[in-house]
Amino acid sequence: MKILVCISKTPDTTAKIAFTDNNRKFAAEGVQWIINPYDEWYALVRAIELKEKDPSIVLHLITVAAADADAVIRKALALGGDEAIRVNADSQDSFYIAAQIAGVARDGSYDIIFTGKETIDYNGSSVGGMIAGLLDLPYVSLAAKFDLAGQTATVVREVEGGEETEEVSLPVVVSCQKGMAEQRIPNMKGIMGARSKPLKVLEPVQVEPLTEIVSFELPPAKKGVKMIPAENAEELIRLLHEEAKVI
Amino acid sequence: MWKCGNVEMNGVGIVIYTFTYFHISTLINFFEFKIIKPMSVLIFIDHTDGHFKKTTYEALSYGVALARQMAIPAEGVLLGTVTEDISALGKYGIQKVHQVKNESLNALDPQVYIRIIAAIAESAKATVIVFSHNSSGKAIAPGLSARLNAGLVTGAIALPDTSKGFLVKKNVFSGKAFATVSIKSPVKIISLNPNAYPIASGEGSAELLNEQITPETSRVKLKSTSKSSGEIPLTEAEVVVSGGRGMKGPENWGPIEELAKLLHAATACSRPVADAGWRPHGEHVGQTGIAIAPNLYLAIGISGAIQHLAGVNRSKIIAVINKDPEAPFFKSADYGIVGDAFEILPKLIQAVKKLRGLA
Repeated sequence: MKILVCISKTPDTTAKIAFTDNNRKFAAEGVQWIINPYDEWYALVRAIELKEKDPSIVLHLITVAAADADAVIRKALALGGDEAIRVNADSQDSFYIAAQIAGVARDGSYDIIFTGKETIDYNGSSVGGMIAGLLDLPYVSLAAKFDLAGQTATVVREVEGGEETEEVSLPVVVSCQKGMAEQRIPNMKGIMGARSKPLKVLEPVQVEPLTEIVSFELPPAKKGVKMIPAENAEELIRLLHEEAKVI
Repeated sequence: MWKCGNVEMNGVGIVIYTFTYFHISTLINFFEFKIIKPMSVLIFIDHTDGHFKKTTYEALSYGVALARQMAIPAEGVLLGTVTEDISALGKYGIQKVHQVKNESLNALDPQVYIRIIAAIAESAKATVIVFSHNSSGKAIAPGLSARLNAGLVTGAIALPDTSKGFLVKKNVFSGKAFATVSIKSPVKIISLNPNAYPIASGEGSAELLNEQITPETSRVKLKSTSKSSGEIPLTEAEVVVSGGRGMKGPENWGPIEELAKLLHAATACSRPVADAGWRPHGEHVGQTGIAIAPNLYLAIGISGAIQHLAGVNRSKIIAVINKDPEAPFFKSADYGIVGDAFEILPKLIQAVKKLRGLA
């Protein structure tokens, strides 16, 4: 069995968000890059757990990015996985990324393709569904649990106000969220081992992105907090009702 | 000349000949557009347990406003069966609802849905397809985008600017910024963030079209569904009452639940609370949990770390109660109280009861 985990690099959760080039580009200078938390904590760690249970599973990681993503991919390999693939392209829109990954997975050798439910930078929540669409594979989104029994997966997905338990035969594309697995810290053996794991670099397939970001902006600053003395706490309800008009 | 004839047949030739050539060609182009390429905005009608979801009304209101802006009709697409009156959706301004009345479609298999919606979008000549950015929209819209080669913007927060191209504003960087995204393909797909667009209704009735499409066999089998404890889904709630580590333990959630109930609010929690098992994971809001955008987010005993803010900073109003006056959350709040949650909560409950005429 082969599993492919899609990895994206994103700014650290505490990174300062600012823009350059007339608000057209993210100001990446001095930003610490991490593995997108949904890809790492949920998709990748769950795939590693499956491999620990069944060592015959072959686990590949894939990212669509320029060479500056190699450090992040090595960090992912330090957690686990047999080899990594980097499609050597500046990631453009979700469709472009999905088309690159679909291009690699098109030979049909992967039984499971895991993605995070979204990235914390562009919040697209799209790449997994697009890969499934491009490859005509079943798609289960927002999975909070994933279990395997032979060629059948049981997946719990979160929907508004509840959960759905679904059964699907492999191959399948799954987007992962909280609940799938617990965060792990790579150990020294993992970090050392990651250095010698293969990182294959592939050239991108020709695809036109369907969308383009034309500008960014920051939200207007909050106008300041109105403090209410604790002994007069009831006043908060009056303000929320009469002034903010939200209750 | 042939084009002129085409327009004349539509009864506007008399008017045209009084214009200069420039005007004539503009008009011809306009009519050619209308006659040869009728278009529509197609809105996905999401439902659960036989009822339309609240986000469906938001998507309808948004899609109809967009259709009016583009001077084209708005239609709905409904897969599966509901117990509600479908034609009443005309109140929101759609003229037709394409329904595939098949109970197997009450369970969502994205690939099955995508094939059907693609077929209906094609026959309705849909130029824009609107979803809600909820669990259904996230499951369907990306695959549909891939199938139709249609550019997708997820999590839209405002109507597109169609004056020059097709520009859609959305949240990025987990609510810390906005991006304006241009969709370059002929067919466009938008998913609308919950609670980002006001519901607008008037009079009207929609024509119900029973689409004879047989769904393919689903590869995803729905085995069971379970409801979470709260009555109002977190992502659809207009008011959210949330508790953090400051609540000291799961046994102290009574007042939060009582206040939430009085405010018709959903309950939420911070990550440490969910990780400690005090509350279910489904309640965790924040960077790695659920992102929400209610009208009011009332945070009790939550310090407001940047990762927590990433999940809630799109809330219209944030009120924070914390015993630490240095809690970072106050910097992002609209209202704040420094004090002991266990003393403040009963006062708030009493005040809401009074407001609602219950005490």
